[in-house]
Amino acid sequence: MSLFNRFEAFELDVLKEVGNIGAGNAATALSRLLDKPVDMAVPKVSLLPFEEIADRVGGSEQIVLAVFLRVEGEAPGNMFFIIEEAAAKRILRQLLSIKEQEQEGYSEMELSALCEIGNILAGSYLSSLADFTQLPMSPSVPAIAVDMAGAILSYGLMQFGEMGDSALLIETTFLEDHQSLEGHFFLIPDPDSFEKIFRALGVLGE
Amino acid sequence: MIQQNLVKVGMADLNIATDGAILKTTGLGSCVGLTLYDPVRKIAGMAHVMLPSSEIARESKINAAKYADTAIPELLDRMLFAGALIERIKAKMAGGAQMFAMSGHSDSLRIGPRNVESCSEMLHRYRIPVLAQDTGGSYGRTIEFDSTNGMLSIRSVQFGTKEI
Repeated sequence: MSLFNRFEAFELDVLKEVGNIGAGNAATALSRLLDKPVDMAVPKVSLLPFEEIADRVGGSEQIVLAVFLRVEGEAPGNMFFIIEEAAAKRILRQLLSIKEQEQEGYSEMELSALCEIGNILAGSYLSSLADFTQLPMSPSVPAIAVDMAGAILSYGLMQFGEMGDSALLIETTFLEDHQSLEGHFFLIPDPDSFEKIFRALGVLGE
Repeated sequence: MIQQNLVKVGMADLNIATDGAILKTTGLGSCVGLTLYDPVRKIAGMAHVMLPSSEIARESKINAAKYADTAIPELLDRMLFAGALIERIKAKMAGGAQMFAMSGHSDSLRIGPRNVESCSEMLHRYRIPVLAQDTGGSYGRTIEFDSTNGMLSIRSVQFGTKEI
């Protein structure tokens, strides 16, 4: 993909910082919600073939819970908050004292609660990003799905599909109590958004 | 059970299988898993179609397997080259779901149904009958296509496995 071959190392570092600031704020929000310390791994920025993206969350067929938001505004893109089922159940227990209704599946109430958590986290990610870049960005109404990771993530790759067979994504992983809660944030800016982000941050090489 | 050869088809990828091999693609969301089969020569083909039309492509070198309107001719070419006859070829398809239900959005969210429509249209143009399809809904599917008998097995989280 010619567009991304041009990217310099420092430009990738800028995107890492974007992930750092956004997810840092989201981690703070999550930590406040859970009233527990939440750690965050160093963000990864990678240009991945479509095939490999789902491997980051356990493979194409891994069942995950995902909150999806479309980022609207100057630098549009797609955002996913993805957690494994066990982590989702734990959040529900800790945060909302919702007793698990049944072993399998989720009640409407549980899904709605998780969707709202995803919404709060994505909102704090985006608002800090918008502050940082001075670009207006707002999240769409969130949608939630519990399904195969491949099926869910491919949905966020359509804009890249027109350009090539790989996508650039900014990934941040959360850890609470050393791995007892693992969550992933994927920000997949539309291909045209990178230039705007770089320009807004004053790093676009002429 | 005899261990059958498994041929993996990735996202925006296509392949053919003969001699009892099984074609498999995982995690179909809004993408469509399109299969073609010549029952006499037992030649099976599968494409994991991601987008409805190559007209929107902005890449310099088009990956034919990605778009419905280019994947079907390409897959047919490969199958005919392997000895299949177009008059005998029948199609099945699965996928084309709408993973997230969101309101007030552009056409891009209808990508699943549009993929299905575009595949149907292309098949119609080649006069290839669609024997069965399991499309739409809002859930992911993993499919396996058996080149010995042309059975398409579809697995989803909610509904388990079914065969068409």
